[in-house]
Amino acid sequence: MTRPGYGEPHVDLGELETPRFVERVSGVPLYLRRYLSKTWALVVMEAQKLRHDPTELLTRMVQPALWLVVFGEVFTRANMIDTGPYPYIDYITPGILSQSVLFVAIFYGIAAIWERDLGILHKFMATPTPRTALVLGKALSAGLRGLSQVVIILILAVLLGVHLTWTPLAIAGILAVVILGACLFATLSLIIASLVKTRERFMGIGQLLTMPLFFASNAIYPLNLMPPALQAVAAWNPMTYMVDAARALMLPGYPSVFGLGLDFAVLVGCVAGLVLIGGRCYEGLVR
Amino acid sequence: MKILETEALTRRFGELIAVDRFTLTVDAGETFGLLGPNGAGKTTVIKMLTTLLPVTAGSARVAGYDIEHRPNDVRRSIGYVPQILSADGTLTGYENLLVFAKLYDIPSAERGPRIKEALHVMGLSDAADRLVRTYSGGMIRRLEIAQSMIHRPRLLFLDEPTVGLDPLARNAVWDYIRRLRTEFGMTIFLTTHYMEEAESLCDRVAIMHMGRIAALGTPNELELKVAAELGPEVHENAHPNGNGNGITLNEVFAHYTGGELDSGGNYRDTSRVRRTARRLG
Repeated sequence: MTRPGYGEPHVDLGELETPRFVERVSGVPLYLRRYLSKTWALVVMEAQKLRHDPTELLTRMVQPALWLVVFGEVFTRANMIDTGPYPYIDYITPGILSQSVLFVAIFYGIAAIWERDLGILHKFMATPTPRTALVLGKALSAGLRGLSQVVIILILAVLLGVHLTWTPLAIAGILAVVILGACLFATLSLIIASLVKTRERFMGIGQLLTMPLFFASNAIYPLNLMPPALQAVAAWNPMTYMVDAARALMLPGYPSVFGLGLDFAVLVGCVAGLVLIGGRCYEGLVR
Repeated sequence: MKILETEALTRRFGELIAVDRFTLTVDAGETFGLLGPNGAGKTTVIKMLTTLLPVTAGSARVAGYDIEHRPNDVRRSIGYVPQILSADGTLTGYENLLVFAKLYDIPSAERGPRIKEALHVMGLSDAADRLVRTYSGGMIRRLEIAQSMIHRPRLLFLDEPTVGLDPLARNAVWDYIRRLRTEFGMTIFLTTHYMEEAESLCDRVAIMHMGRIAALGTPNELELKVAAELGPEVHENAHPNGNGNGITLNEVFAHYTGGELDSGGNYRDTSRVRRTARRLG
């Protein structure tokens, strides 16, 4: 005597046979609804992990605090870098925010390798979840961790007397920049992990990548102070656009170098492209 | 009814032929065991059948769907418990099941009851809200089986379900696996290198050696066959094992794989088994 519902063909299976974007429920195609709800399920899972053990979020606060309080304060006093009418500490606050998001997100690849070694990733891959949804779910979880960095950096900035734009639109813009930036670097990191496959190799490449992304950008000095060759590199560095957008949104009256439209276009374009590429190579990790 | 059919399934890794023309059918409701030493290709077979690894040649149908052309339908129809311990220790048992319920498109109203049922069936109701890192090895295995049955799959793949467990926990996991079959009518495809496990759970077994099926049949059939091949001398030093055929599955295994259980294991296998064993404490 077996229980009903087990071992029988799934009623649900037929749904996949109908053209995916034809069957609509409340105006949104079923396929898209499922895609988004699965992506969201992965973000909720990461949030649950953070809730059980928030120590990671606390330790992550130390590094940006050091950059702002030590590096920022010293260079503000030294007055060596020409940042126009903005004090240096104000100038680097958006840069340090971007940097801390970069550092949070760039280690996602190693977490993925770890999950592969544990077998967690195998089981996720054996579920009917689109690969890009698995990647996007990870990317958005990095965004979630990135948002915690916004909180600490805004608190520190207020304590250090940085003048910030506090309009709701600007704050919404910052949150969007942080989420996009985190998605971008997390996805880049997942792709690298999928290609190199072992922790040892990833560690080397992670180091090789993080520092250039940070230093060949406008995070802690303006582009026009760089030698032309470095400026050219910085113009191809997505970090530059992230910092540019963050700075224009956070500092009152700060003119964006590239324009917020281009900044966001670069970030959204990079995230979309990297998620698609990531969806293709993520499976490689479990082979 | 055939729930699993493979036709000359083959997988190469560069020069190495990990799985060589693997042809097999499994009936619905059967518990089937794939036996073999480490490195025989068991896990590679499972990874192909669970759509994690592309095939080099040949084909397979799982629950009626071609693994290459209909991978998503295959994924909906199967449950998979990898060899390595794969529940997330930083989540509670309930949360571990919840994310899988969502990924298998179980409607939100049905998730709670299904999760409770799966936890109950696996004897984990009381531990539902504890972090999995506080579970024992046997509990983690049962939670993983619960995870893989939340969508009521037709076919469950268990890769070395009791590796690294102590005998007591192993017996408990066996009992739960038997329940899946008797109570839920699930087809179970498991790999193992414990002969005792195969003898105790499986209707039929295949012995795999160097990527090929070396022998296929019920444990008793294989024992009789090997006894006949070895001739009378086997009875001189045979241990009586209750079947009256004078030979154990262990000897059958040795006969077809040419020796000890752990031949052919490589560094990676060994380090994995050790890591799993360490996590189990």
